[in-house]
Amino acid sequence: MDLNLTAEEAAFRDEVRAFIARELSPETRAKMILGREIGKKDIVDWQRKLNARGWAVPNWPVEYGGQGWSPMQEYLFQTEIEQAPAPASLPFNTSMVGPVIATFGSAEQKAKFLPATANLDIWWCQGFSEPGAGSDLAGLKTTARREGDVYVVNGQKTWTTMAQYADWIFMLVRTNPQAEKKQQGISFLLIDMKTPGITVRPIQLLDGGHEVNEVFFDEVKVPVENLVGEENRGWDYAKFLLGNERMGIARVGVSRQRLRRVRELAALERVGDETLLDQPWFREKLANTEIELKALEITQLRVVAEARKRGKHGQPDPNSSILKIRGSEIQQATTELMMDVVGPFVAPFPASIDDEDQTNDPPIGPDYAAAAGPTYFNWRKISIYGGSNEIQRNIIAKAILGF
Amino acid sequence: MDFDLNDDQRLIKESLGKLLSSRYGDFAKRDSYIKQQDGFDRAVWADYAEAGILALPLPEAHGGFGGGPVETMIVLEEIGAALAIEPYLTAIVLCCGLIVRGGSDAVKADILPKIASGAAIAALAQVERGSRFDLHDVSLAARKDGDHYVLEGEKSVVIGGGVADHFIVTARTSGQRRDLSGITLFLVDAKTPGVSRRAYPTQDGYQAAEISFGQVRVPAAQIIGTLDQGLPLLRRSVDEAIAGLCAEAVGAMAALTEMTIDYLKTRKQFGVAIGSFQALQHRAVDMQVQLEQARSMAIFATLSVDEEDAATRSTAVSAAKVQIGRAARFIGQTATQLHGGIGVTQEYKGGHYFKRLTMIDQMFGDSEHHLRLVAAAGGLLPAA
Ligand SMILES: Cc1cc2nc3c(=O)[nH]c(=O)nc-3n(C[C@H](O)[C@H](O)[C@H](O)COP(=O)(O)OP(=O)(O)OC[C@H]3O[C@@H](n4cnc5c(N)ncnc54)[C@H](O)[C@@H]3O)c2cc1C
Repeated sequence: MDLNLTAEEAAFRDEVRAFIARELSPETRAKMILGREIGKKDIVDWQRKLNARGWAVPNWPVEYGGQGWSPMQEYLFQTEIEQAPAPASLPFNTSMVGPVIATFGSAEQKAKFLPATANLDIWWCQGFSEPGAGSDLAGLKTTARREGDVYVVNGQKTWTTMAQYADWIFMLVRTNPQAEKKQQGISFLLIDMKTPGITVRPIQLLDGGHEVNEVFFDEVKVPVENLVGEENRGWDYAKFLLGNERMGIARVGVSRQRLRRVRELAALERVGDETLLDQPWFREKLANTEIELKALEITQLRVVAEARKRGKHGQPDPNSSILKIRGSEIQQATTELMMDVVGPFVAPFPASIDDEDQTNDPPIGPDYAAAAGPTYFNWRKISIYGGSNEIQRNIIAKAILGF
Repeated sequence: MDFDLNDDQRLIKESLGKLLSSRYGDFAKRDSYIKQQDGFDRAVWADYAEAGILALPLPEAHGGFGGGPVETMIVLEEIGAALAIEPYLTAIVLCCGLIVRGGSDAVKADILPKIASGAAIAALAQVERGSRFDLHDVSLAARKDGDHYVLEGEKSVVIGGGVADHFIVTARTSGQRRDLSGITLFLVDAKTPGVSRRAYPTQDGYQAAEISFGQVRVPAAQIIGTLDQGLPLLRRSVDEAIAGLCAEAVGAMAALTEMTIDYLKTRKQFGVAIGSFQALQHRAVDMQVQLEQARSMAIFATLSVDEEDAATRSTAVSAAKVQIGRAARFIGQTATQLHGGIGVTQEYKGGHYFKRLTMIDQMFGDSEHHLRLVAAAGGLLPAA
């Protein structure tokens, strides 16, 4: 047993760190540190820099631009990006639809989509959830009926993250309403967002931001060549996709960066003649969260080590549900600590915080205060999406505890 | 022992409940009030005036109804349940409380009827950039100049500060920044030269303002309470406001808990109501347990407001604030989680309860702050 990185792993981490320090735009980094919303441009620019270095899609099969990294390298890479902090590469492209097309897509689909997906020339969004199908995803009702060489799609998706930027959407649709089990009648379709009959309606989240949407489909005609794999096998591809998604979900680097930041800011926050960081109760609270995070980090490394043994295409590890539960809870705890830091200045809600062309009004209170409340409210989503924490507990109960 | 409302109190509850449901029953209206210039709808304030709600806690001698802490509790619980955004707590409970207890007869005769009729609104300018939650941490300076004082300094996050006609300003008239004595309260007309403000919305739909006082001349007759000894008076009224805030939180928590239970009973996934999952039933039960414990402490705070001994009163109120803050956080977070995606949207009323509850925890000191106060006071149990 050894917790240290090998010399090669340490060298790899240093290389990644140096690359980020050199290439990440200071403006993007500053926005991320202040908790301001990063825009489409920040994400695209960063992903293209990674792509130029060959690092946009390290997890894909090597023939489509993957790096053949070990699970440990993937972990180190992600953690460095997170704690920089740099934007995460767009998960819809890199960890969701990309691997699905690379694994199950046709030769034409691979040629048409993979390079553009890696370079973010195509921005994808994920059309899985529906108003009536959230945790019970297989209950989805959006239909695709075959008419000659097109599918005609009707129905509604919701919670579609950043559909307002998206060029394409990957969808689960019902192609066989008569199937015996509801999982059996589902297919995986790729749809150009410019197709007539698609309407995108914004949903505002609690922090006032626009990151999710409803997407409506009214007689939308989709060429049959946009079906991925076989008709009615979409559920299998979706399970493969969701298994990929869960690996990075702990976001240890994100929490690490935020806890460092909390410590730094707490040393600036005046409490009487001392600082907040001088207060024993606050130090203990912060230390508690750091302890939880350390445990999560090592749990994650154990899952990574296990993944190395299973090989890349092994079954998803149900232990990754532990990572999702604790990872989301710890990220949320960092937002509570940040509210402790800003004290009374959590209240102001200046309309312009996320505005690109914001006015030059000075901030109210310290400049880092503006994001504390909105981030706290917004990050409640982390324990809801990607399989809610209750669903993760159900997975652990079944797959690990054998209930 | 008696936890029941009397007939008059029941009447207040019912009539205010009716008023609020006509104004806030359609939740979309709330957003339209928030978007108004003043940050709330003057017509609703006028309704309060007409219904006698503004005058409720004022002494009869000044045109009020002489309501006490229980009446305030009733009003704020209704306000909390309706998610109403008028600055009742700060303008009426807090500022009128200060004026009633510390204003000269002339000041009372001048201001209180205007406030009771809705013609004037007051706000407390107390928080400073570095004061955090300490009422006694005051830097804004007031220098004597003949029969006036000259105020110089800044105040932050003044709730209702954008619309206030009068400010009650905590100022340092002697001593050092954190001295307990040397703090004086001034009633300042918002139109006095040198007062400027920058109003902005708050996370929970209220409006607040940063107020700057640049060489603002205030007659000595406008002192509320006694020179240099403003702190005990301020504490007294802030304690009363905290008790009101606890009641407001209970109103909001009760409504949010009920909404969540209804949602669990109606939202279907996997072919059944999600409330049929025992894992979720227990979470709802925990919300209910927190709610009842919070309600008990809101009552405790309310019935401690008139306690003679200041230390006993403040510790009781702090204890309630701790319980309420924790319950508010638990209920707010759990309700959001149990709603799934809907819970984090602006369109859904539940999320606005969550936001208000979060700001209530932070107002006048968060649970962490008040926990420290209770601990420093030696806890709550009398020695055996
Ligand atoms: C900000 C955000 C972004 C999102 N982005 C996308 C996206 O880009 N694309 C996409 O397709 N989807 C997206 N989603 C949707 C997300 O995956 C769903 O919200 C999630 O699956 C939960 O579904 P629901 O909201 O319908 O809640 P519900 O499924 O109705 O759940 C309500 C509550 O019931 C609980 N529950 C449900 N079933 C059980 C059970 N069997 N046992 C115990 N508890 C249970 C849940 O945990 C939750 O607490 C996003 C959601 C959010 C909030």
